Amino acid sequence: MSVEPQMPKSWNRETKPHKFCPGCGHGLVLKALGEAIDELGIQDKVVFGCDIGCSLLAWDFFNVDTVQTHHGRTTPVVTGIKRANPDVICIAYMGDGGGYAIGSQHLVNAAARNERITAILVNNTNYAMTGGQMAPTTLPGQKTETSPYGRDVQLMGYPTQGPEMVAAITREGAYVARGTVANLRQLKKYLKKALENQMAGNGFSFVEALSTCPTNWRTNAKETWAFLENEMPKYFKVGEIKVPGQKEAGQDG
Amino acid sequence: MGDTPIQGEKRVFMTGNEVVAWAALAAKADIMYGYPITPQNEIMHYWTRMAPKYGKRFLQTEDELSAGFTTVGGVLAGRKAFTATAGPGNTLMQEPMSMAEMMRIPTVLVVQQRGGPSTATVIYSQQEVTMTTYGGNGEGLRIVYSTSTHQELFDYTIKAFNTAWKYRFPTFILADGYQAKMRESLTLYNPEDRGIKLIDPEPLLGKEPVNGEKKPTHLRNTYNTEEELYEVITKYMDEYLKVAPEIMEYEEGNVDDADIIVVSHGVVTRAARGAVQELRNAGLKVGYFRPITLRPFPGEQLKKAVVNAKTMLIVESAYGQLAKLVKDAIYGTTINLEYLFKPGVGITAEEIVAKCKELLK
Ligand SMILES: Cc1ncc(C[n+]2csc(CCOP(=O)(O)OP(=O)(O)O)c2C)c(N)n1
Ligand code: SF4
Repeated sequence: MSVEPQMPKSWNRETKPHKFCPGCGHGLVLKALGEAIDELGIQDKVVFGCDIGCSLLAWDFFNVDTVQTHHGRTTPVVTGIKRANPDVICIAYMGDGGGYAIGSQHLVNAAARNERITAILVNNTNYAMTGGQMAPTTLPGQKTETSPYGRDVQLMGYPTQGPEMVAAITREGAYVARGTVANLRQLKKYLKKALENQMAGNGFSFVEALSTCPTNWRTNAKETWAFLENEMPKYFKVGEIKVPGQKEAGQDG
Repeated sequence: MGDTPIQGEKRVFMTGNEVVAWAALAAKADIMYGYPITPQNEIMHYWTRMAPKYGKRFLQTEDELSAGFTTVGGVLAGRKAFTATAGPGNTLMQEPMSMAEMMRIPTVLVVQQRGGPSTATVIYSQQEVTMTTYGGNGEGLRIVYSTSTHQELFDYTIKAFNTAWKYRFPTFILADGYQAKMRESLTLYNPEDRGIKLIDPEPLLGKEPVNGEKKPTHLRNTYNTEEELYEVITKYMDEYLKVAPEIMEYEEGNVDDADIIVVSHGVVTRAARGAVQELRNAGLKVGYFRPITLRPFPGEQLKKAVVNAKTMLIVESAYGQLAKLVKDAIYGTTINLEYLFKPGVGITAEEIVAKCKELLK
């Protein structure tokens, strides 16, 4: 007897199995996202934009309208769509390189303008598709192809705290959270809230997902999981950082 | 809130940037995405003043990369979206425009050329020809209109939206700082009153379900193999070459018996026309040819125009950017080539007259 694998309804079955490496976190983030789309019943209203980087492998991942764009430019493309047609639900899906390095000005300004879009950023602490170079999120001491002796924070600074930055520059109406593929139920909850926040027209929604890249980390299953669960949260605190309506510390209402 | 911003024909005296804003309204453009750079700023200034009265939108982005990519997004959503830029902004716009080229997204971009390279001057030049015609990483599957008067700025901006949406190639209006800033008279009109049918835009993404069913669209500009890409580009190139003759436009004067043909584009053509008139009055056999579309380039028409001439004089406010297009187009012709290049500055009829007289000696 064979059992059909459980797949979100919004997934495109024809393109499965997907193209990510075994053990990659992208598939898990997209699973949580697929379930969130299903539960909200918005499959026909979603426009999904993906970046260059491993996220581009998701260009035919869902049975939803999709556009794959340039490295770092997913946020403006999706912003342009949302501004031209506010009825669609726009998702910008990108990596940490796309969102925090090359496309950071777009992320910062979309957040500051409170664009009614949902940005999802997969943090795997490296530039994965190009072969594992240092990213803005690479941890101190972490070895990558361009930091072969480990990231030296004296030379290269500390990892970018994306959601904290977005929370700091957004005002009322924004939703900001950091989830992890180590806790899919929670990640799905954050993604769902980020989509609901857009649907309610509140403002910019941003979820960073801590994710795995066993290929470039050169880790086996156990070490991959250990890095994700033990090392990454030391710098990247998992949880909701900003929720509309909630009074936040340091903000004057 | 009226739907038709221009009632009847209207004689006006205004700057080129204002003309562009009016033309975009007349063409029923829905949304402009923009980033400030001289000399195109007033397109945004006029658009933001007039557009809300007609239910139109505007977004000021963080830079030209964003302005180009949001324009791409606006078009994907099914709106007539456009943007405008110049110089270093045009450089940044090449990335989104190459995406538009690859995905056949009918973007409209108005370029008011300024001096270059880099920041250079904020005033005038014709130095963005190479970048606008072939600037992206790709094969230059785009349409570029070079205007020379405010009337043309109006006519061709309207036309650009139709061309873009009809053929699905990114379409550019290549004007310049002089056209942007100077005032000139022209006639505004509602294109539909003149029998010009405006093409309706349609969404590529975010379409409504049909009979309760939605067939998703998946767009990408990444390809896995060389062969896959080769197939796509070959198909697009075939389509481009097929429609190119319908798109090509040019203007010529006094070419039949001319010894010298002056070739120029954009505002420089005004000097060329004036020079030819003066030389003809003096009994000298000089004519002119002007490509209106720089891409696709009306090469066969140019070859025909110069068939009896001895010399072609290429005149431009750049160091041979038009000349490069011309030489490519007339390959195999044995005509003598002469140049008057003045990168970043204007060219007068007197200068062209003097150059022609020298050549006829
Ligand atoms: C303008 C531009 N610069 C560089 C690249 C090369 N490039 C492709 S993917 C990538 C890294 C992507 O890393 P990230 O955004 O972290 O996503 P990941 O692959 O880790 O999911 C780079 C630099 C490109 N495609 N475009
Ligand atoms: S390289 Fe890393 S991020 Fe990319 S698919 Fe493989 S495991 Fe995932």
